[in-house]
Amino acid sequence: MAFTVWVLAGTRNLFGVVVLSGIYSFLMATVMVALDAVDVAMTEAAVGAGVSTVLMLGALHLCKSEEAKPAHRPWLPLALSAATAVLLIYGALGLPDFADPQAPIHQHVSPRYLQNEIDVPNVVTAVLASFRGYDTLGETTVVFTAGAGIIALLRRRKIKRGGNEE
Amino acid sequence: MKNDLVLRVIGKLLIPFILLFALYVQFHGDFGPGGGFQAGTIFAAGIVFYALIFGLENARKVIPDRLVEAMLAAGVLLYAGVGVAGLLLGGNYLDYFALDADPIHGQHRGIFWVEAGVAVTVCGVMLKIFYMFASRGEDGRGEA
Amino acid sequence: MSELVEHFSYIVTVFLMVAGLYVVMARGNLIKKLVGLSVFQTSVYLLYIAPGKLLGGTAPILASQYSVYSNPLPHVLILTAIVVGVATLALGLALTVRIREAYGTIEEDEIIALDHRVEDARSDER
Repeated sequence: MAFTVWVLAGTRNLFGVVVLSGIYSFLMATVMVALDAVDVAMTEAAVGAGVSTVLMLGALHLCKSEEAKPAHRPWLPLALSAATAVLLIYGALGLPDFADPQAPIHQHVSPRYLQNEIDVPNVVTAVLASFRGYDTLGETTVVFTAGAGIIALLRRRKIKRGGNEE
Repeated sequence: MKNDLVLRVIGKLLIPFILLFALYVQFHGDFGPGGGFQAGTIFAAGIVFYALIFGLENARKVIPDRLVEAMLAAGVLLYAGVGVAGLLLGGNYLDYFALDADPIHGQHRGIFWVEAGVAVTVCGVMLKIFYMFASRGEDGRGEA
Repeated sequence: MSELVEHFSYIVTVFLMVAGLYVVMARGNLIKKLVGLSVFQTSVYLLYIAPGKLLGGTAPILASQYSVYSNPLPHVLILTAIVVGVATLALGLALTVRIREAYGTIEEDEIIALDHRVEDARSDER
């Protein structure tokens, strides 16, 4: 995945960039299956590699351009990125080890969720729809708002043939 | 693309299975991986596939614009409606225990309708975005 | 050194995150910036899910033959985050399409230059 992102940063042909981001999403979905996150992997594959790629191709078709050659050498962003990386890794070393059963994440609420109070085997769906139903209501509203926003941005009024509203 | 024989045949074979798989993922979200979001996206992907092969006009005839816009709002309303039903039947907002005489059964019912609402909204949004992007390129005939 | 090996997942996540950040900062093309942003978001998903895994555990679907499950709580949060992420990406792409129609270009430098030209023309009129 790191190699994919590396090539993505350097590619200037936008179609190649979109295809590479699709590959990256599929690789991420595979990694998530390896990490036992099957619901998330299915969603990431369907949404990230499917819908995202279609939308970007649609936008690319409407924009029709290729990335221009960068005007100045990117030393400052590179330095900033490297500094951020060093700081983040330094901070991450204090986090629990990989797959540590004593980590705080496993201690508080999760044992209760896993106790099958409501007889729904898929714990992720149970948490999403029942234990934390408010969050899902808010998220559905966010998706609806995004759809409404896109309608507002891209609507054309049919004033006359060939006319579009600014 | 509709003149290409291979694509048409494969499309006719695959699209019913894609739509059926979306329904399967939706209703088996309780027992296996799946749920509303995945199902809505897979359904929208099936319709997008149809639109790519057979043309946007045919896709518009199958799922008209009004239906897509109605689906957007209907999903959120369905979700909120389940919450209000919980209120009316004596519990808290979005309380599934109150939805049936047997609380566990009430949970199943609540989760079923809530996931259906989510899938409808997600499918509507994905389809609407695709329709808007795809029809924007046609000059003058671009429609909301 | 063994600490680095134990925190390997975090190192990979940080690399992906910083690569996405670099693409957002250093590239002027708007669509490429959006792709970099989505790379950044995906690396954050990895950041949340990796600590939830238990070695020897299985996916969090209750069945009678398993007793150890990976933690389902991050899965729920990330599910929401993925859908919200694609909603944001769609809005960003719609904005890019409108910018392209208004300015004729999607390169950041050219857009700023066009804006300066309009502003100079306007201040000359006053």
